[in-house]
Amino acid sequence: MSGFTTVTGPAAAMPEENIDTDIIFPARFLLLTSREGLGQHAFHDRRYDADGSEVAGYVLNTEPFRAPPVIVAGANFGSGSSREQAVWALHGLGVRAVIAPALGEIFHNNCLRNGIVPVILPPEQVAEMLASAAAGVAFTVDLEAQTVTVGNAAPVRFDISPERRLALLNGWDETDLVLARFADDIAAFEAGQRKIQPWLYPEETTA
Amino acid sequence: MKPRTLYEKLWDAHVIADLGGGETLLYIDRHIVHEVSSPQSFVAMRTKGRQLRRPETHLAVADHAIPTRQRGTIDDPLAASQIAELEANVREFAVPYAEVNGPEQGIVHVIGPETGFTLPGTTIVCGDSHTTTHGAFGALAFGIGASEQSTVMAAQALRQTRAKTMKVELVGTRHPLVFAKDIALALIARIGANGAVGHAVEYVGPAVSAMAMAERMTLCNMTIEAGSRIGLVAPDETTYAFVKGRRLAPQGEMFAKACEYWDTLRSDPGATYDKVVTLDLSEIAPQVSWGTSPNQTLPVSATLPDPAQIADPGERREAEKALAYMGLTPGTPLLGTPVSHVFIGSCTNGRIEDLRAAAAIALGRKVAPGVKAIVVPGSMATRKAAEFEGLDRILTDAGFEWRFAGCSMCVAMNDDRLSPGDRCASTSNRNFEGRQGPGGRTHLMSPAMAAAAAIAGHIADAREFVA
Ligand code: SF4
Repeated sequence: MSGFTTVTGPAAAMPEENIDTDIIFPARFLLLTSREGLGQHAFHDRRYDADGSEVAGYVLNTEPFRAPPVIVAGANFGSGSSREQAVWALHGLGVRAVIAPALGEIFHNNCLRNGIVPVILPPEQVAEMLASAAAGVAFTVDLEAQTVTVGNAAPVRFDISPERRLALLNGWDETDLVLARFADDIAAFEAGQRKIQPWLYPEETTA
Repeated sequence: MKPRTLYEKLWDAHVIADLGGGETLLYIDRHIVHEVSSPQSFVAMRTKGRQLRRPETHLAVADHAIPTRQRGTIDDPLAASQIAELEANVREFAVPYAEVNGPEQGIVHVIGPETGFTLPGTTIVCGDSHTTTHGAFGALAFGIGASEQSTVMAAQALRQTRAKTMKVELVGTRHPLVFAKDIALALIARIGANGAVGHAVEYVGPAVSAMAMAERMTLCNMTIEAGSRIGLVAPDETTYAFVKGRRLAPQGEMFAKACEYWDTLRSDPGATYDKVVTLDLSEIAPQVSWGTSPNQTLPVSATLPDPAQIADPGERREAEKALAYMGLTPGTPLLGTPVSHVFIGSCTNGRIEDLRAAAAIALGRKVAPGVKAIVVPGSMATRKAAEFEGLDRILTDAGFEWRFAGCSMCVAMNDDRLSPGDRCASTSNRNFEGRQGPGGRTHLMSPAMAAAAAIAGHIADAREFVA
């Protein structure tokens, strides 16, 4: 995955709480085993009606929000199912940052691993941003500076763990990082645990 | 030493390294794998040329996409290829596998405990949010994404942030037809669908100690619906009795040694929690969800909310939207709402105790005409046990379909799904829009309540079905 620095563009406003990953990526599309091309199924049942035609007026069917780099949403966006497809589909759609008062926790982690910046801000601030987003004001999310800028307003700072930020900025693979930095610690942990809970190492007694 | 909660003990026992910034590298003892969330994890392994660090710490099974009408053939080509891909992956990476046609197949969160793969004191992950279920054994169990799964496969470790803690205390005596499902729904209705976000929930109190493992699992299973990734019950004699003798559990002397260790996994007296919620079970009636989020739940005898009466504009909008999606009239009684489908099963309520509760209501009665009612055991072992007890006969005599094990109509990825406008009394855990099929309407409830709805043909009070 390539690194992330900043993204600018329209933000789709989704002023609703608990937009769960079943809404973001309906379960029946989980039968697809590739992670490419999933963007077309993002929010499928909101975007299309039963005969496949577009639902008029839905934000993602409205210019300029068809492939929004940013989503601003109500609390608990991405709650529910752990499906990482929800994040891959958002990424496929062009989304690079999600702003909300709170995100589903598994979804939050999945964002960090897939080049989408999770931006958690206080509810009042998100409410204002929802209004600006709906009005079509451009958003800039700058990961380097850890700020969101809405139109000409002053940049708003957000929190993100330093390690996660660095990994996102550089597009690092988490597994590579863990293996490169902690292989010895993992082995040491296992040696210690084996003494206390030997039953967790059945491969040794049965091998 | 400062008194610690169960969560803190489990956490501390798995810390590999402190990563700073509030993050920890946590050791992962067990990983359960299913066909839907794992393909991309294995692709990552293959692309990077990685091996599984400890193949024996994984257990794979096909449950989500597998049909439950029959075994042996899979009509949907996408489902067939997804399961074939899982089988190829488990062969290539030497992952222990519960065969599709074997005796241990079933839903991930049912077979983990049944095989003894799920043990107290462990960290357990799965690419599935209802991994919370295994917390019923005093295990730190949580759902993860596909990328995280691949890290666990390669490194047996995951970067995690420590949660805050929340104690849910269950006091009082419940009505015999009030089940863990009702308690969970009542809790979520009270604290909200994000009422436990960022918290590890521990259930305590005499009512919890008195619960069988099945009900503890139902409680922990539903914890994710309050926004928490972790539900916990401290292990005790009930837990040990359940685990003892299972295929993958420690045996003989090793079991005794394990019990000694598990005995230390209790919150210390004086340990403090960030939040405490107390529920009086004597005040809880059988619950039914009416909306599209599990917190939109009411006692069965209640009337539906009237958005015009709701002061908060956000809440009013949510209620309006949910009622419209559900095709319900504001201010009318929930009781008597006709259902077209009944689904008894899932990792929430697909265990033998659940099937017994449904059969007790169904005994000597008939499913109402026009209602399609299916019973889907959570595992093939559960199915066999139910057949041994004759529950299948009671249910099929009443007109229920008796299925093979799988997720079935909980997730609508297989051939069991609702059509637009269908209304289902369901023992599953999520009433999200389209969860049981696009346009489908889900009412969550306990197995006894779902069986009562099947017999009545509409939402009914199970308490009226017993003498
Ligand atoms: S039964 Fe439903 S909730 Fe449970 S694992 Fe299967 S799909 Fe998920």
